[in-house]
Amino acid sequence: MKLQLHPCGNFKERYEDELTIFETDYGRLWLAIGLSMLFGAVPFASGPYLLYVLNIIAITSIAAIGLNILIGFTGQISLGHGAFFGVGAYAAAILATQVHFPFLLALPAAGLITAMVGMVFGIPSGRLKGLYLTIATLAGQFIIEYVLIHWDSLTQGTRGIVLPPVSIFGMEIIDERGFFYVTFASLVLMTLIAVNIVRTRYGRAFIAIRDNDRAAEGMGIPIFQYKLLSFGISSFYAGFAGALWAYYMTSITAEPFTLGLSVEYIAMVIIGGMGSVAGSIYGAVFITGLNETLRWLTDIFMNIDALQGAGLTIAPLRELVFGFAIVFFIIFEPRGLAEVWRIIRSSFRLWPFSY
Amino acid sequence: MKAFRGRPGIFDSVTVTERRAELDVSDLSLSFGGVMALGNVSLSVTTGELLAVIGPNGAGKTSLLNCLTGYYRPQKGTIIFNGKDITHLHTHELVKEGIGRTFQNIELFPGMTVLSNMLLARHIHCKYRLGAALAFLPSVRREEVAHRLVVEEIIDFLEMQAIRKKPVGSLPYGLRKRVELGRALALKPKLLVLDEPFAGMTLEEKEDMVRFLAEMNEEWKQTMILVEHDMSIVMSISKRIVALNFGEKLAEGSPELIQNNPEVIKAYLGEEAVI
Amino acid sequence: MEFFVQLLVNGISIGFLYGMAAMGFVMIFKSSSVLNFAHGELLAFGAFIFLTMVTWAGLPVYAAFLISLTGCFIMGFVIERLFLRPLIGEPLIYVIMLTVGLAAIFKGLMLLIWGGNLYIYPDFLPPNLSIEWGGINIPPVYVLSTMIGLLFLVLLGLFFKYSSQGIYMRSVADNQTAALSLGVHVRRVFALSWAIAALVAGMSGIVLGIINGINVHDLSSVGLKVFPVVILGGLDSIGGAIIGGLIIGLLETFTGGYLSPSLRDVVPYIVLVFILLIRPYGLFGLVEIERV
Ligand SMILES: Nc1ncnc2c1ncn2[C@@H]1O[C@H](COP(=O)(O)OP(=O)(O)OP(=O)(O)O)[C@@H](O)[C@H]1O
Ligand SMILES: [Mg+2]
Repeated sequence: MKLQLHPCGNFKERYEDELTIFETDYGRLWLAIGLSMLFGAVPFASGPYLLYVLNIIAITSIAAIGLNILIGFTGQISLGHGAFFGVGAYAAAILATQVHFPFLLALPAAGLITAMVGMVFGIPSGRLKGLYLTIATLAGQFIIEYVLIHWDSLTQGTRGIVLPPVSIFGMEIIDERGFFYVTFASLVLMTLIAVNIVRTRYGRAFIAIRDNDRAAEGMGIPIFQYKLLSFGISSFYAGFAGALWAYYMTSITAEPFTLGLSVEYIAMVIIGGMGSVAGSIYGAVFITGLNETLRWLTDIFMNIDALQGAGLTIAPLRELVFGFAIVFFIIFEPRGLAEVWRIIRSSFRLWPFSY
Repeated sequence: MKAFRGRPGIFDSVTVTERRAELDVSDLSLSFGGVMALGNVSLSVTTGELLAVIGPNGAGKTSLLNCLTGYYRPQKGTIIFNGKDITHLHTHELVKEGIGRTFQNIELFPGMTVLSNMLLARHIHCKYRLGAALAFLPSVRREEVAHRLVVEEIIDFLEMQAIRKKPVGSLPYGLRKRVELGRALALKPKLLVLDEPFAGMTLEEKEDMVRFLAEMNEEWKQTMILVEHDMSIVMSISKRIVALNFGEKLAEGSPELIQNNPEVIKAYLGEEAVI
Repeated sequence: MEFFVQLLVNGISIGFLYGMAAMGFVMIFKSSSVLNFAHGELLAFGAFIFLTMVTWAGLPVYAAFLISLTGCFIMGFVIERLFLRPLIGEPLIYVIMLTVGLAAIFKGLMLLIWGGNLYIYPDFLPPNLSIEWGGINIPPVYVLSTMIGLLFLVLLGLFFKYSSQGIYMRSVADNQTAALSLGVHVRRVFALSWAIAALVAGMSGIVLGIINGINVHDLSSVGLKVFPVVILGGLDSIGGAIIGGLIIGLLETFTGGYLSPSLRDVVPYIVLVFILLIRPYGLFGLVEIERV
């Protein structure tokens, strides 16, 4: 077999070759190097804080990939992704504490439960054209928030739930490094699944619905079912990520799963790049980085005596910065960081003949 | 990549029963408010036939096709296809029944390439399920390659090799119409419904299109309903014509008969010309 | 019984305000198919400008009112010019997510400026505006809000019916391409519908502020309540928006009064899901047959 290292003037010999994820062996080589670095070197070269940030990035990325399948590929907006993330977290917590589900089973189970909860809101709106799903998920966001706080017997209300420690085949995972392997293995798996969805008939059907729903119907695609499927998949990802997050945090309350979190996920998808699986990860990196930077900045400001009186808090600043990021990217680079990265890469690739 | 020449294999492999397309439309009526788009229209198509539907603007031609393909719901009448009542089926179900179409105002996916557009039409012929797709099992890969082959054959037949990787949005109008025909063919329909496939084409493009349609119909017995304004084209490729006006069927018969029918002439040329 | 009537009155006044807010929302939707997720922030903006004019600048109430409404009108105009105009011709989903981003910006800015506290306006309403009727006392705010609601309804009705801009707006809402080909300045119509929507939203914000106090979070969440309201009334029906607003307003106050105050805020959304389930195009919306 001939190695293909350069995509410039590369002609596929068989159609099968075009079905691979990477166009060249170069790409595959980089992936192999990247993955072995990720799992072999990063956990040992990073301190606990960096590992914490990386873990959050991995978990957030999974949820962002799910939302991107819905927004970027199917053209439907969900404003309830934050709440669905919370449903996953609570589902895992309840399964783990009340039914004693093992960790490995609780994750997919939480995903499935979340997907089903999503359907409750998706079914009434899915048969309508236009953006009714968006409105239904907005309702979902508020109803779920309410239920998480007020269904006391199940969710223990504002007291929250403490989860048992994660154990995989008898092995307890306690430190950041252990979690690093769990979160990133999950991310790699969920990314692969997303890529597979996108390159098969399901992904094609989603894109068709996004681009022209009438024509999609004329291709024999049942729009309602596929919109629902996409929504189910996206909720599954949210639930899975939420479950992972709950285990990672070891205790949860309903507080974080607000509309603000949903908007945060939308920001990730837009900033990362709608319709790009990798873009969702860039978006998650960007937003998590932004969150940490803002936290760090407010910490500094808090310690300056003169500013203490101003009562500077992180929440409005975050809101402001996310808003600006969303608006900026939509107006100036609607295809997000994924596109920026593609442009950078392709101008390097043909160097020195790039003009 | 081996250059492909000749007839697409998919059509040879289609058996006679798979090709069966017996359509019976009776008393179809549809009004929008006070406008009667269709009034008691009846017609039938048999396997292997190319039926042309003509009529002046607003005659109800597109409305008829929309009823056949589930985009409009007739208020009265029935549509029977291969012995099955399909009047109330949804568009996507009708595609599965074997009715494929093109649109008057091109409904392609403009951001996608010609290839992706056509691969989409293979959706109903994909057999793998979600579980297999999530893992991208070897069976999925094999099937995807097979669909790609089908699409490539159609691309070769329609002489679109040079544009297969171009985004559809960047193509000139005439070529887009051709892509849309290719996409409809990739559905492998029993009954192919074409809404003004020649509209907006240059003379050369029209000649190509006539060639394709004639070959599809004569060589592989593809059953078709063709809506077209250009009488010379209609006369040259169809043996039977239905003429509509103001939603009602004016006449039906051979091209000569229709050409000489006074009602049709009146409808086309207007009242003044007759006087 | 007295309690019931009190709730009824509250519900109707609040419902009127919801309806007004929803009316602006529907106006934007009809002219440009955009779901405006920043509507609540426009409400809050109006309320805070008014607050600043009355307390900080110490202006007389009517002057503050006029300035606030003008400010909102200009704000709507500016939003359309700066943020929405560059997106004309882009897929709708971008525009809608843009309004989500705008909502975050405005909310963040207002929180930075005014903080998350609850403010109240100085008491400026004449007490003789209240209505006493058989032991039932309708406080002046409610009388005022209903009056203002009715006044604006009539004004807008007249505007749409008789003014040339209003007729242009109706024509664009009806059929954008046809309006364009008849020489209607569609962009100006977009800008105007944003400006008027912001004005009406700001007005409802001010009156809601008089009733419930002024708080960034509360007022911007009212902007999301327009969704149940418009789904109930039919997404494209201005009259439906008022009826929907009244229904939601009544439902909310009665739930709060008889069931539980915490359920009050979710009840509109529960109704929303049910309406989608049984009558998706609302009570007054039209089902259009798409042409292909
Ligand atoms: N969705 C619709 N809503 C309202 N009226 C419609 C709709 N679709 C079609 N009509 C009306 O029905 C009548 C028939 O229209 P149709 O599109 O079927 O005509 P046609 O024969 O295809 O004309 P053309 O040659 O212009 O394509 C016209 O008067 C048209 O205005
Ligand atoms: Mg037509």
